[in-house]
Amino acid sequence: MSTPSIVRPGADAGGRPEMDVDGLGQRLHWAVADSWTIVRRGLTHYVRQPSNIAWQLGFPIVSVLLFGYVFGSAMSVPGGGDYREFLMPGMFGMTMAMGFMNTAYVVVYDTARGVTDRFRSMPMAPSAVVTGRGGSDLIGAAMDLLVLAMTALVVGWRSDGGLPATLAAFALFLLLRFALIWVGIWLGMLVPNEEAAGSLFAVAFPFAMISSVFVAPAQMPDWLAAIALWNPVSSTVTAARDLFGNPVALGDTWVEQNALLMAIVWPIVITAVFLPLAVRRFQRLSR
Amino acid sequence: MTLTEPAIVAEGLRKQYKEKRALDGFDLTVPPGMVYGLLGPNGAGKTTAVRILATLVKLDGGRAEVAGFDVAAKPRQVRRRIGFTGQFAAVDEVLTGRQNLRMFGRLFHLGAKDAVRRADELLEQFDLIDAANKGVKEYSGGMRRRLDLAASMILAPQVLFLDEPTTGLDPRSRNEVWESIRSLVSQGTTVLLTTQYLDEADQLAERIAVIDRGRVIADDSPAGLKNRIGGDRIEVVAYQTADLPAVAKAVSRAASAEPEIDDEGRKVHAEVRDRVAALTEVARSLQDQGLAIEDIGLRRPTLDEVFLTLTGHHAEEEEGVVA
Repeated sequence: MSTPSIVRPGADAGGRPEMDVDGLGQRLHWAVADSWTIVRRGLTHYVRQPSNIAWQLGFPIVSVLLFGYVFGSAMSVPGGGDYREFLMPGMFGMTMAMGFMNTAYVVVYDTARGVTDRFRSMPMAPSAVVTGRGGSDLIGAAMDLLVLAMTALVVGWRSDGGLPATLAAFALFLLLRFALIWVGIWLGMLVPNEEAAGSLFAVAFPFAMISSVFVAPAQMPDWLAAIALWNPVSSTVTAARDLFGNPVALGDTWVEQNALLMAIVWPIVITAVFLPLAVRRFQRLSR
Repeated sequence: MTLTEPAIVAEGLRKQYKEKRALDGFDLTVPPGMVYGLLGPNGAGKTTAVRILATLVKLDGGRAEVAGFDVAAKPRQVRRRIGFTGQFAAVDEVLTGRQNLRMFGRLFHLGAKDAVRRADELLEQFDLIDAANKGVKEYSGGMRRRLDLAASMILAPQVLFLDEPTTGLDPRSRNEVWESIRSLVSQGTTVLLTTQYLDEADQLAERIAVIDRGRVIADDSPAGLKNRIGGDRIEVVAYQTADLPAVAKAVSRAASAEPEIDDEGRKVHAEVRDRVAALTEVARSLQDQGLAIEDIGLRRPTLDEVFLTLTGHHAEEEEGVVA
């Protein structure tokens, strides 16, 4: 047996060890450092499970093929334009919209298996559990977008909006994903176990589909169109289409006319509602 | 903290969940360097007590100090001095064993080099070197538990909480985990261990607190506790219910208390003092009478029998109260 190289804190008879003094600066330092450790954990997951990325991207890529090529010829974009050009920003939006399931799944897993409790019993910054999760999910989402964008380029999609507008469009997608992190964390702590987490698909699927992702809401029945129009995913996708210079199929409703504004407002609203809910759920673990 | 100061002090802990009073005046004092067993059935409050002491759950009343710090007022100071191992092996299944320990090391605020070195030390100590670079998914239950223990030991904690560390493990894995726990204690760590098995408490603990309905109802050395609850049991299983009275008579000669007859199980059991002598005597007596029996053996008192003796009621199985 080896001799532990770690000095036991508080074991010395003299004054308290330095690490027991928690200045604000030190706490901030650890909040950042601990978050980074959790981010690295998330990234290691990506590296160790490349098949997961394939699964995650498989759905939008199959959707591109199905909708772009199988149904594509029968699809029309109101106001004209190539359907595949119209579809691709929708795919980006759908991937972001469904991404909250990944967040929820990891949270469910950690909570059900006691990993969250282990974190909470450690002297790490409690906020890092949440911010680290958010950080690694955003990096993951950026990688998803990169792979999807390359797929899109292969099937002939182009952005004609110029570099700043193109980057702005991708930033909008990440902003939506950022807001949904809190939904994912909140749902992840509501759901009792990993099996039940699978049922979140029933929420994610309509959330992503009843939107302007595949068709313009104008082509839907009125009641459905109203839901689709006000779906946050629609605002992000519509604003991105505009920024990319892709066919937009813009209706004359206020929410469509102000898609860019709403693509920023919606994520702020979602964050404002679900961030406190997620934090409160987290705190309730100690009840 | 000096050597004589208790590692854990709990005074009058109370915790109420909606319908259920999980802790109701829970008192405990654990001297440093000792393995203390918390023995009780499901729902007795063991897990709640450990979770409060490990700063995971807030208490409703009472006071608790761990490693010299109040758990409610100074949770961070407590967390730097404890290790916690819950009912599941709380490790990341996707990462390798080594990656897990390095990650937890960093989160315990070790420097990068220290985290790497400590991970290697622990992998060696817990006999996981060969599996160090394998994903935890490929680990057996016992290996996961050992990795889990290793993660609790990163800072060489003063106090280690183990909540049912061997529940769900096969006998071999259980022995592995017991070995690991013993070696930790030899390094001076104070261990508070919860278990539903008298056998486990007996194997590991120097002192056992029996907990029932949220309070400690007995607090003694394993030998003292066994004295109070009586010794081992002899158990004879007959082929026919009709044989039971004759079997009981044979058993009563060697037993130190009146034998109990269990018609349903076709069993007679009784407390015995001298294990081997009693077994021999009963077997011989049955043979002399020409009574054929299905089985005969010695066994430890079950948790239920412990409870019956100490509380006068059976161990209650209540599920789902300790979240």
